Amino acid sequence: MSAEVPEAASAEEQKSEHNLLFWFMQPLIVNSLEEMEDKVTSPEKAEEAKLKARYPHLGQKPGGSDFLRKRLQKGQKYFDSGDYNMAKAKMKNKQLPAAAPDKTEVTGDHIPTPQDLPQRKPSLVTSKLAG
Amino acid sequence: MWCFSQVKGAVDDDVAEADIISTVEFNHSGELLATGDKGGRVVIFQQEQENKIQSHSRGEYNVYSTFQSHEPEFDYLKSLEIEEKINKIRWLPQKNAAQFLLSTNDKTIKLWKISERDKRPEGYNLKEEDGRYRDPTTVTTLRVPVFRPMDLMVEASPRRIFANAHTYHINSISINSDYETYLSADDLRINLWHLEITDRSFNIVDIKPANMEELTEVITAAEFHPNSCNTFVYSSSKGTIRLCDMRASALCDRHSKLFEEPEDPSNRSFFSEIISSISDVKFSHSGRYMMTRDYLSVKIWDLNMENRPVETYQVHEYLRSKLCSLYENDCIFDKFECCWNGSDSVVMTGSYNNFFRMFDRNTKRDITLEASRENNKPRTVLKPRKVCASGKRKKDEISVDSLDFNKKILHTAWHPKENIIAVATTNNLYIFQDKVN
Repeated sequence: MSAEVPEAASAEEQKSEHNLLFWFMQPLIVNSLEEMEDKVTSPEKAEEAKLKARYPHLGQKPGGSDFLRKRLQKGQKYFDSGDYNMAKAKMKNKQLPAAAPDKTEVTGDHIPTPQDLPQRKPSLVTSKLAG
Repeated sequence: MWCFSQVKGAVDDDVAEADIISTVEFNHSGELLATGDKGGRVVIFQQEQENKIQSHSRGEYNVYSTFQSHEPEFDYLKSLEIEEKINKIRWLPQKNAAQFLLSTNDKTIKLWKISERDKRPEGYNLKEEDGRYRDPTTVTTLRVPVFRPMDLMVEASPRRIFANAHTYHINSISINSDYETYLSADDLRINLWHLEITDRSFNIVDIKPANMEELTEVITAAEFHPNSCNTFVYSSSKGTIRLCDMRASALCDRHSKLFEEPEDPSNRSFFSEIISSISDVKFSHSGRYMMTRDYLSVKIWDLNMENRPVETYQVHEYLRSKLCSLYENDCIFDKFECCWNGSDSVVMTGSYNNFFRMFDRNTKRDITLEASRENNKPRTVLKPRKVCASGKRKKDEISVDSLDFNKKILHTAWHPKENIIAVATTNNLYIFQDKVN
């Protein structure tokens, strides 16, 4: 990245301009310094602000951490056998909507059916590391 | 000075899910190196005996045995898909000619025996060579069967299956220094097993709240102390480590020590807890220290001091200003492991872009290296890498925005005695050696 070269101006002009600007800009400089300090001391907070701007409902759900519950529920396909059979009946002919990645929901909005589930067969192929 | 030694695995970019390496572990002598993958397979490499004449490099690792350890299952009662992915492999110390290891997926731990067969009996009277039984009436002479040498065959057989003891997903197994028992830890509980007994297991830690709505933290890793058979530690998603003494009570819900670094409340953000979650905990070989890995750093703790770590090393601090996108692409939840060298003087951990980092505790120097096929001539010295956080980028530096976050090194292992390291990228295993002489 090349450094920017400031436009040349006569020395006197520069000096008087600078004096005016200095006094005028004083409060403005202080404010932006504070802002800069916030960002400098906490890039995390800046990132947090970014995230909150994109997902305003994040973190507002009561009752335990979403992340933890999601982690504990990993691998769960159906709530119970009734859920499974209902899903099988309903989704028989329908086209399934693509699961939208939604950071605020713990459970997905997409109920998988047997056709959806990948074939759970063991790898009969030898690992490529052994090749 | 680290040099490329070997790389295992396919070259193609299109990685099948089953080929994703999920664990890497040297055995106690370093002669064997085991890997587990998402397809439930284990591959064991053996170091070839050193050629004393050509002593400029240590022996190479070649395939010794490979087997299918776990298979995918579906728990119909709970409607749970059980992945066959091998979460951890731990070797038992060698007691006889055979080798033993424990491998675990989310729900089941298995004890595997790996044994060699290099001779077979020949010359049976009642059986043909292919195993078919001979008609006894056709036998006219008798001979004594003898053992004849055969090509080495390495067989792996499951000797014990430790199942149905975990409601949640197993993240760790650790063999006790008594070599008779081991622990297995899931998100909320830790169980103690005897290697000979599969139908019983003792619960030694249970952090499940009575009301699941009150759940605030989970267990992320656990390990037995290398020398004290009564001591173990477990880490949490909140960045704490608890040390427990099994002599104190049968259920170790009350810790003996709690290791936690105080946090400056003014620095707290939405990401604080997530990045403080400990993804790995490892005792030093000496047993005096333990190392923890959280998203951005590696910390060394002295077991005698609970209120803060004695050393902290930044792995990739430049990611702190990228947390928003790392949260969106889920990378912030990546679980990096860490390891000690044999003498506890250097620690190593992985990062993104197939970079891995080493920190020398004595010289306080650190280095970033890359696992890449570009340097794959044997004994090529690895060039140190540098990531440029912002501003002017020097030649040979890589800017944070060019990092490939899909190329993550989560699993690394260090030979217990020598300067040989195994580094796993997504689907390849790299072996590097320190330059001899």
